[in-house]
Amino acid sequence: MPDVALFVTCMVDNLTPNVGVATVKLLEAAGCSVTFPEAQSCCGQPAVNSGEPEAASALARHFVEVFEPFDAVVSPSGSCAAMVRHWYPQLLDGAWKPRADAVAARTHELSSYLVDVLGCTDLGARVQSRVTVHDACHALRVLGLKSAPRRLLEAAGAEVVEMSEPEICCGFGGTFAEKHPEISGPMADDKLAQAAATDADVLTAGDTGCLLHLEGRRRRSGVGPPAVHFAEILARGLEP
Amino acid sequence: MTRLSDRASAAIADENLQTSLRTLTSGLRSIARHVGQDPAVADRRAAATHIRQETVADLDHWVDEAAQSLTATGCTVHHAATRDDAVRIIRGLALQEQVRLVVKGKSMATEEMHLNPALEADGIEVVETDLGEYIVQLAHEPPSHIVGPALHKRLPEITELFSQVAGRQLAEDPQALCTFARVELRDKFLTAGMGITGANFVAADTGTIVLVTNEGNGRMCSSLPRIHVAVVPVEKVVPRLADIPTLVGALVNAATGQPLTTYVSMITGPRRADDVDGPEELHVVFLDHGRRRLVGTKYQPMLACVRCGACLNACPVYAKIGGHAYDSVYSGPMGVVLTPLLSGRPEDDELVEASSLCGACTEACPVGIPLADLIVHLRADLRTRPRDASWPQSTPVPRRRPRGWRWNGWARVWSSPVGYRLSTAAARRGARTLGRGRPWVRRLPGAKGWAAQRDVPVPAARSFRSQWRARQRDPRAWGGLG
Repeated sequence: MPDVALFVTCMVDNLTPNVGVATVKLLEAAGCSVTFPEAQSCCGQPAVNSGEPEAASALARHFVEVFEPFDAVVSPSGSCAAMVRHWYPQLLDGAWKPRADAVAARTHELSSYLVDVLGCTDLGARVQSRVTVHDACHALRVLGLKSAPRRLLEAAGAEVVEMSEPEICCGFGGTFAEKHPEISGPMADDKLAQAAATDADVLTAGDTGCLLHLEGRRRRSGVGPPAVHFAEILARGLEP
Repeated sequence: MTRLSDRASAAIADENLQTSLRTLTSGLRSIARHVGQDPAVADRRAAATHIRQETVADLDHWVDEAAQSLTATGCTVHHAATRDDAVRIIRGLALQEQVRLVVKGKSMATEEMHLNPALEADGIEVVETDLGEYIVQLAHEPPSHIVGPALHKRLPEITELFSQVAGRQLAEDPQALCTFARVELRDKFLTAGMGITGANFVAADTGTIVLVTNEGNGRMCSSLPRIHVAVVPVEKVVPRLADIPTLVGALVNAATGQPLTTYVSMITGPRRADDVDGPEELHVVFLDHGRRRLVGTKYQPMLACVRCGACLNACPVYAKIGGHAYDSVYSGPMGVVLTPLLSGRPEDDELVEASSLCGACTEACPVGIPLADLIVHLRADLRTRPRDASWPQSTPVPRRRPRGWRWNGWARVWSSPVGYRLSTAAARRGARTLGRGRPWVRRLPGAKGWAAQRDVPVPAARSFRSQWRARQRDPRAWGGLG
């Protein structure tokens, strides 16, 4: 039984805890034994993206200390996993560098861990809906992830329909959403219009930031299907 | 002075511009997707990346070699440390030769130099001959895209501009308008005393200037007038003539999806005794203007840029706001990186925020520039490093003032489990009180930008960690599995 440490992310912890619950259920359905190291906080991505590498490094060191005892670290966020894998080895130096490299190599996004590491696509979930997948940028371009969430959904029986441009950014961009709402909002509109055109019941992705941005915009504009994390869709399909 | 957010809002409210941008970017993005699937393209990009990065790492050497080769072919070589120096050199030449009319090929370097107004102040007529540049010159606007300067212009606007030149109403027909411009420009080519072009590449071993165009205007500018001036930003040198096929292929393919442009001009020296055409004098002005300073810094890879525009076409922010909103010669991701490094204007610093860091630019770049990462680095360096002539440096310099104290304080609190738990509990309680039990609200304090466009999520009643603890106490707490 693979032992997995869950990095739930600060957003999921505080804003969408159901995504964390769903993640645990999926990992357990795949036969994992899940632990949740309670000392965890944030990966530090908002700081690095805001031009504050020192603050980001402090959180990176904390993350490394918390997670280095574990063989596998799994997160329901492609962007946070990408932060660990891509930026930690650049941010930390000296004695911290090999430790950062080691933790980075063992940190995985949820769908990638299930499909690419465990080779497990059918979790026993049953999903009836028509789903369209937004390729969150850092999962796609930093982690090279494209098929894993689709394969999990398809194995559960969901009908996966594609938007015309699933790979274009939704406009979240972390602090970009707060600093340039006048650009970020219209970018969400494009994504939501494309999702609406697919007639999907639900728009999904593997990043809470993108999903809250899209759902928040949908609630404002009334366009597009609900935006829900794929872990929640699949975990609902596990219920007896 | 306007701010980026105001210019972006104005661009997004401009229906005409939005129509142009939609047509442009969806078309160009589909070309990029098509190009991206070709394995031969990936191989060529790797080769092009190698050549460019090799060159910029030893820039002084290759510029020296290029200057020697150019001189050997009969060119006169000038070195301009700043854009003002470059303008001075060209004005001097034009005055000395009593030039009344200059025809220009498309050159972003001369835009950077503000060359046209300087020559016009001397009473010289300057005519842009690239069709897109001709359109924006008539409209008294700067280019909005480094490859397609007038991509923001719609057909009715262009018809109006050309009709003013013609002195009669022209038909709204692209073919007829092109013919009109061709006839107008032909006369200018034949009477101009000086042709000014940029250069896509200069081969250091042979001193060959390479111009890539689809209209043939570069060839006219460089062969018909008596004097040809090529403005060459120093990073345009490449070591060998043999590198040109790889680089031109990578550039053109990334720019337009073509295998090759309609015209590729390779110019080695001015007219020789047995040549039937060509300029009597060929002057090459190497423009530095802050570029050499980047060698050896983390921004060195930016010097590899071949100005193909692929990062603009891929960028979802450019697709929303267009080129003019950047208020800079260079727009899109390459402009976001290059402008604050070269311009010296503090108001350009905020351009680094014009990115969602989605990485589409990095993916699109045919010469391997990690644009998204450079934007992240620049955000940090612009905050903490002094802006003087020595910036940026390869070695860190002391902080100017402790602007990061808020972030550092946050990081300190969140690096402690107790600090994280207490601060998030307080924030969640506060937000829930204001949210009065609703899962989404119209606004919350501290989320002004967010709430301007989106409803705001209210934190959940119980954090994940408290639910995890409940389950540790009672394994059935979550129902179902567990």
